[in-house]
Amino acid sequence: MDHPHQQPGSPPDGIVTATEPLELERPDEDPEFLVLRAGFRSFAFPVTVGFLLWYLLYVLLSCYARAFMATTLFGHVNVALVLGLLQFASTFAIAAWYARYAELRLDPSASLLRERYGRPGLVTPRGAGE
Amino acid sequence: MTLSNLTLATAAGDHRALTLTLFGVFVLATLGITVWAGRQTRDAADFYAGGRGFTGFQNGLAISGDYMSAASFLGIAGVIALFGYDGFLYSVGFLVAWLVALLLIAEPLRNSGRYTMADVLAFRMRQRPVRTAAGISTIVVSVFYLLAQMIGAGSLVALLLGIEGDAAKRWTIVGVGALMVLYVVVGGMKGTTWVQIVKAVLLIAGAALMTVLVLAKYDFDPSSLLGAAAHASGKGDAFLAPGLKYGATGTSELDFVSLGLALVLGTAGLPHILVRFYTVPTAKAARKSVFWAIGIIGVFYLMTLALGFGAAALVGPRTIKASNAAGNTAAPLLAQQLGGGAGSTGGAVLLAVISAVAFATILAVVAGLTLASSASFAHDIYANVIRRGRAGEREEIGSAKLAAVAIGAIAILLSIFADRLNAAAVVALAFAVAASANLPTLLYSLFWKRFTTAGAVSSVYAGLVSSVLLVVFSTVVSGTPTSLLPHTDFHWFPLENPGLVSIPIGFLAGWIGTLLSKQSADPAKYAELEVRSLTGLGAH
Repeated sequence: MDHPHQQPGSPPDGIVTATEPLELERPDEDPEFLVLRAGFRSFAFPVTVGFLLWYLLYVLLSCYARAFMATTLFGHVNVALVLGLLQFASTFAIAAWYARYAELRLDPSASLLRERYGRPGLVTPRGAGE
Repeated sequence: MTLSNLTLATAAGDHRALTLTLFGVFVLATLGITVWAGRQTRDAADFYAGGRGFTGFQNGLAISGDYMSAASFLGIAGVIALFGYDGFLYSVGFLVAWLVALLLIAEPLRNSGRYTMADVLAFRMRQRPVRTAAGISTIVVSVFYLLAQMIGAGSLVALLLGIEGDAAKRWTIVGVGALMVLYVVVGGMKGTTWVQIVKAVLLIAGAALMTVLVLAKYDFDPSSLLGAAAHASGKGDAFLAPGLKYGATGTSELDFVSLGLALVLGTAGLPHILVRFYTVPTAKAARKSVFWAIGIIGVFYLMTLALGFGAAALVGPRTIKASNAAGNTAAPLLAQQLGGGAGSTGGAVLLAVISAVAFATILAVVAGLTLASSASFAHDIYANVIRRGRAGEREEIGSAKLAAVAIGAIAILLSIFADRLNAAAVVALAFAVAASANLPTLLYSLFWKRFTTAGAVSSVYAGLVSSVLLVVFSTVVSGTPTSLLPHTDFHWFPLENPGLVSIPIGFLAGWIGTLLSKQSADPAKYAELEVRSLTGLGAH
C-alpha cells in the first residue's frame, strides 16, 4: 500500500497533482516567510480560540443559565438578546480587524515573496492586486 | 383552525397567478443568464471556477446567496415566530461560523487548491485514497443538503401555490430538480454564480422591505415590537428568553450544545461554500468575499429577527401553526399581513413577491449544491481515481455534466421517498457531517506538519460514518411520531444532532491515524504547501 521510495515533490501513484510542482530555492527558509507565517499564526490561532470560547460561553449560558439570560435590562430587551447581538457585533469587529491586519501585516510580505520566488506565468495571471 | 385554513385558501387564489408569473420571470431571466454564461464557458477553470474572474464583492454576494437557503429565510423566521428567542440561536451559530472560514480556510484553500476541497487535502498525500474519501464525503454532505432544500420546495409549493396532493408535490420536486441540472450543465460555475448573485439581491431586498414595514408599525422602536410579540405569543416574557424549544429536559439542552457545535464548525467544511473561494483571482479577493459575506449574511439574520418577531406579533402563532406546523410559512404570511391582510390586493402582491423570492432561493441553492458535488465527482473520483489523471479536460467536464444529471436524479428520487423527513433536521445533519468529516482533515492538512495519508483517510471516514450512523440510531429516524420511520423504534442515541460526539471522533481519528501510520509525513511537501498557502506562489 505504501510507497516509501517516492521522490519528494513527485506525484504519488503517477497521478497528476492539483498543481504543477514548484522549483523553489527554499522560500520556506526565507526570513521574510518566517515573519509572514508567524504574523499569520499569531493572529489567526489565538483569535479563533477566543471567538470559539466566547461563542461556547453564549451557548452554555443559553442552556444552563436561563434565569440570568432572561433578566430584563430595559423595556423588553433582556440579557439574552444583548448577548446575541454582541455575538453579531464581535463577529463583524473580528472580520474587520482581520481584514485590516492582513492588509497591513500579511499582504506586503506575501507579495514580496511572490516577486522574489515567482516564475513568470506561475503566479496567477490576473495579477495579485485584487 | 378552520378559519385560518379558509383565510389562506382565499389568499391562495388571489396571489397564485401573480406568484407563478413572478417566478416564471425569475426562471426565464436566470435561464437567459445561464445560456449567456454557457457560451463563455470553454475550459475547466470556466466550468468549475467561473474563470476565476469574479470580484470579492460579487463572490461575497454569491456566497451569501448559497448560504441563505430556504432554511434560513423561512425556517429561522418560522422558529423565531413560534419559539421566540431559541430561533435566534441558529442565526448566531450560522454567522459566527464564518470566522472559522475567514481566519483559517478561505485564503489557504484559494492559494493551494484548484477546483475542489480534495485538491488541498490531497496536496501532500497519496492522491487516490484521499480524493476518494473527500469525494465521497463531499457528495454525502451535498446530497443531505440538497434533500433538505427539495423537501422544502415540495412542502412550500403545496402551501404557497395552494396545490394539494402528493402528485403536485412530486412534480414540483421533479421540476426543481430538472431546472437545477439545466443551470449546472449549461451555465457551469459562471452561470450558477450569477444566479446566486441575482437571488441574493432579491432576497435581501425582499427581507429589507418587510423589515422596514414591520418596524414602521411599531414606530421603529424594537423594544415595543418585542413586547407585542411576547404578548401575542401567549407566553409572555419567556418568549424573549432562551429555553422554549431546547429547555425542556437535560437531553434537549445537550442536544442544543451539540447543534451549536455543528453549526459553528460545519460552515467551513461545506463543499458548496468551499468551491466558491476558487471563483476569485487571488487569496486577497477570497478574504474580501468572506468579509462581504459576513456583512451581508449578518444583516440578513438581523432582519430575520424582525421578521420572526413581527410574524409572532402581527400574524400570531395560531394562524402560523395552522398553516404549517413547523412555522415555515411565517414569513410569507407576514408579507400578506403587511400588504393589507388576506383578501386585499396589497396582501396578495406582497405575498406573491415573497413567495417568488422563496422559490428563487431554493432553486439557486440546489444549483450550487449540484455543481459542487458533480465537480468533486468529476475532478476527484473520475479524473484522478478512475482515469488516474489521464482524462482530458473535455472528458472531465463531460463527466461532471453527467454526474450533475445523476446527482439531480438521485436527489429527486430521495426527496420523493423521504418527504416525511424534517427539512431543518436534514440541514443540521449536513452541517454535522461537514464538521465531522471535512473540517478536521482540512485543518490538519493545512496546519499540522506530521499529518499523513492514513490520518486524512481515517479522519474523513470516521467523521462521516460516525455522524451518519448516530443519526440513523437517533430519533430523527425512529422512535417518535415525527421520525422518518414512526412505527418502529431502534433508536439508542439520545441526541438529534450527532455533532457533540462525531466532531471529536473526526479530530481524534485524524490524530490516531497519523500516529499509527507506517509512512511518515514528507516535511518537504508540507513546507511547499505552507509556502503556497500563505504566499499564493504557484496559485492557479
